[in-house]
Amino acid sequence: MLYDIALSIRQHYDAPAAASRQTLRLLPPTLADEQHVVAAAVDVSPPPVERRDRRDFFANMATDLAFGGAHEEVVYSLAARVRREPGRASVPESPPVAALAEEIAAIRSLAPDAPHHFLAASPRLPEEPAFRDYARAALPAGAGAAEAVEAVGLALNRDMAFDAKATEVDTPALEAFRRRRGVCQDFTHAMIACLRTLGIPAGYVSGFLRTVPPPGRPRLQGADAMHAWVRAWCGQGAGWVEYDPTNACLAGDGHVAVARGRDYSDVAPVKGVLRSAGSQTSRHAVTMTPVGEELP
Amino acid sequence: MLHPTRRQALEQEPGVAGYRPPAGGFDELLDEEGRVRPVWRHFVEGFAGLSEAELKRRTARGEQYLHDAGVFFRRQGAEGPGGRTWPFSPVPLILHEGEWRRLAGGLARRAGLLEAVMADLYGEGRLVAEGLLPAGPVAASPAWLRPLVGVRPASGHHLHFIAFDVARRPDGEWQVLRDRTESPAGAGTALETRLATQRVFQELFQESHVHRLAGFFRAFRDAMGALDRVGGGRVGMLTAGPGGANYFEHAYLARYLGFMLFEGEDIAIENGAATIRTVAGPRPVGVLWRRLRAGRADPLELDETSAVGVPGLVDALREGTLSAVNALGSGVLEDPALAPFLPQIAEAGGGPAAGSAEGWWAAAPEPGPRSTVPAWTSGALRSEPVTLRLFLARTPEGWQAMPGGYARLGGVSAEDPGAVADIWAVSDEPVPIDTMTARPSDTYRRPLPGTLPSRAADNLFWLGRYVERAEAAIRLLRALHLRLAETGSRDNPLQASLCDYLRDLPLDPEENVPQGLLRTLDSALVCASRVHDRFSIDGWTALRNLNEAAEEMARTARPGDDTARIMTALLHRLAGLSGLVHENMYRFTGWRFLILGRELERASGMASALAHFADPAAPEGALDLAMEIGDCTMTYQRRYSLGTHRNTVVDLMVFDAMNPRSILFLLERMRSLIALLPGAEMHGVMSPLARAALRAHAAIAVETPETVDKAALAALGERLDGVSDLVSGAYLT
Repeated sequence: MLYDIALSIRQHYDAPAAASRQTLRLLPPTLADEQHVVAAAVDVSPPPVERRDRRDFFANMATDLAFGGAHEEVVYSLAARVRREPGRASVPESPPVAALAEEIAAIRSLAPDAPHHFLAASPRLPEEPAFRDYARAALPAGAGAAEAVEAVGLALNRDMAFDAKATEVDTPALEAFRRRRGVCQDFTHAMIACLRTLGIPAGYVSGFLRTVPPPGRPRLQGADAMHAWVRAWCGQGAGWVEYDPTNACLAGDGHVAVARGRDYSDVAPVKGVLRSAGSQTSRHAVTMTPVGEELP
Repeated sequence: MLHPTRRQALEQEPGVAGYRPPAGGFDELLDEEGRVRPVWRHFVEGFAGLSEAELKRRTARGEQYLHDAGVFFRRQGAEGPGGRTWPFSPVPLILHEGEWRRLAGGLARRAGLLEAVMADLYGEGRLVAEGLLPAGPVAASPAWLRPLVGVRPASGHHLHFIAFDVARRPDGEWQVLRDRTESPAGAGTALETRLATQRVFQELFQESHVHRLAGFFRAFRDAMGALDRVGGGRVGMLTAGPGGANYFEHAYLARYLGFMLFEGEDIAIENGAATIRTVAGPRPVGVLWRRLRAGRADPLELDETSAVGVPGLVDALREGTLSAVNALGSGVLEDPALAPFLPQIAEAGGGPAAGSAEGWWAAAPEPGPRSTVPAWTSGALRSEPVTLRLFLARTPEGWQAMPGGYARLGGVSAEDPGAVADIWAVSDEPVPIDTMTARPSDTYRRPLPGTLPSRAADNLFWLGRYVERAEAAIRLLRALHLRLAETGSRDNPLQASLCDYLRDLPLDPEENVPQGLLRTLDSALVCASRVHDRFSIDGWTALRNLNEAAEEMARTARPGDDTARIMTALLHRLAGLSGLVHENMYRFTGWRFLILGRELERASGMASALAHFADPAAPEGALDLAMEIGDCTMTYQRRYSLGTHRNTVVDLMVFDAMNPRSILFLLERMRSLIALLPGAEMHGVMSPLARAALRAHAAIAVETPETVDKAALAALGERLDGVSDLVSGAYLT
């Protein structure tokens, strides 16, 4: 499926922001067998005084920006055309959860894709017993790793309500989980934390969702802003399985990935440090439309 | 084999009578036969020659030194991890230089091993690929910083200054208890402890051929300077600031080594290079000795919650324009999960077989019995288990160990942190007397001007203002209480007018030592604490003592004569402080900001006091009061041998060019100070600040005593506020 993606993030500062630095993770990468980027560009207004693109540790496309003078508003706009390959149709065969540890230990690598990175606590996901108890309860007896991923995802989708007003971007994962409310970021963080307590390496994917579903299919939650879902390692054979707990489905041809990491702190679309006295507000707008289809 | 029964014989050893190390262990002072080891013999003889009273007196001298140093290095209430919380034991741990070299050599090999492990963890990853190191613990370590993977340090090395906690096992061999590779603290403690111990055993120290520490620090300083790639020749020390642990040690070491002390906000990253925000604009810096956890060094790429780092710092490291010492990410080597694998890594790299005796330096840290040393506490020698903190610095000739360090005696738990003692590495021959000053063979490097960080300038400027504000407040309060002592009441027009004036400042005249004054003094102290590396040590001590005295007096002061005397005492202390600052502070940009702050505050205070007390409508006696708070009474009496008259008072206090407190004199001083600040004039055009100062000056200079009225003085006050804002805008923000 070929998509045109348009994103704009408008950040407004109550007090003019002085010199600042930002790192953007907005550009989707080409990923073998998953997605191919035909073209993609990020436009920044006002123009920054410094701008450089690089790959970060997890091979995400990062754009470093520096702004010189004071400004009240910044607009980041992404335009991209991406071909998405069909995703997995169903949960793959995988070894039992208990057998994963041995497979992981056999992997002598710290390459970005190695499962080791995704097992321990990460900056936004400290170890919390609450996740362990929940995950154990959701785990079917003798489940394979991939089945466990789906079971935890389904449980969270059932128990947590999608509520855009319940949390902020900095709300701790545990707090959103305790309230059982939140947005895709909160669903994803909760699921990652749960899977790690089971010994399943799990990470965070930021990306886009098809705005308008194909005929006869429901509109997915989270299509109005950047989306997030989970990536879990289910053994050498099955590899990484991507699951969207907000919509209780495997990531498929309606999902286009932008960045991968251990949690949100590795993939934040706009990460920045600015010296400003006032607060800031931010507005996002996203469309992801199959090429050749018109927006209704 | 040890002979505990024979150890009892040592009671006969003169000087160490009653010293009884536990049986079965290794004692540093006594051998298995209970004899004093040869390296200690000279010290023990000297020690035995000192009476208990003399020892107590000398120990008190050492403790006094540490206390005075502590007064400077640690603000009250800011003890915590940076404070000296353990007692001082004057008896040093003595090692023969041969033994010390063997130990230092082992630690240098371990440092080399750690460097190799770090280079691999942030480079090729062969240790994991070859199974010498498991991937899991590395990936799980919060100190393994992924953004630094693949970043080669500009200096070619990751580790430059590290420390080890070392102990001796019962078999006499050394063992490493902890690797300290992140940003090891304690080099300042080692220096302090050395200086204190030298005060206790002056002659013994001189005679004992103790290797000096200065050579080590000089080698480290020069090696750091040589890392600079941007040509500024500056070495910065990045600290988390006064709120962070060990800040006072940082200020002490920065001063000792001649490094510039920076906080995160002093540094900006521009086009992949680090620059310092100085009063003369951005200046490049190429070397940073970071004194904070690496994760906190860059909120953009590392710990996003850090408020003390430099956004983009990792970018400058990636570009190779900046050397961080140690390289960011070195804390991973402290992870206890990695240490068990060091012996096999060393062996695979051609080192000694894991577990062999000669491989002690590569062995995994293991807690076990430690050797014992004599601690001199409460008039007796007691044996205490000991851990040594030893420091290594990378120099162009390889790793160099500090020939000393410090010893922690006793328990190492949080409840019992133990005492601290010096470590002497002694030679059989006389050792060179070394200092930090350059040797004649060194090339002379003049420090570069114009590198005053804006934050430091800001604090100096406000320090000047607060100290002057406090002085004005003290004079006013003294004037009030002198009159109270005379009249016994506040109910006359002059005192009422004075009380009104005080309330505006705001100082509550009902309080004898008002909270407003204590707050001003505390603000001054806060400013001074943030320029620790630039402010005179004695000046700081004086300011701190002044604060303590004021708080103490506030508790007991009674109105009238008692408070007047207190204010006089405080005034004398302030005069002492000013003297220390002005006699001893280097006359450079930082000093100019300090004095500019003082003169501005003084001119502004004088204008407002004259507007109030030299007003024709002011009550009787107000003119005398004005002169009293302006410290002009004597001069006036000498110049004008008649009663006070408004115009002559105004002439003296506003226009007299010979009176250092006259407004015109102060405005002229401000103008000349501003003219010397960076950017005061560009291509013959005055800066807005220089123009504002000229305007304030001119507006008063064209007046006469008759025409300087309340409105003119109020206008001057506003102009001075404008000058202060321009100083902030031009240099301090």
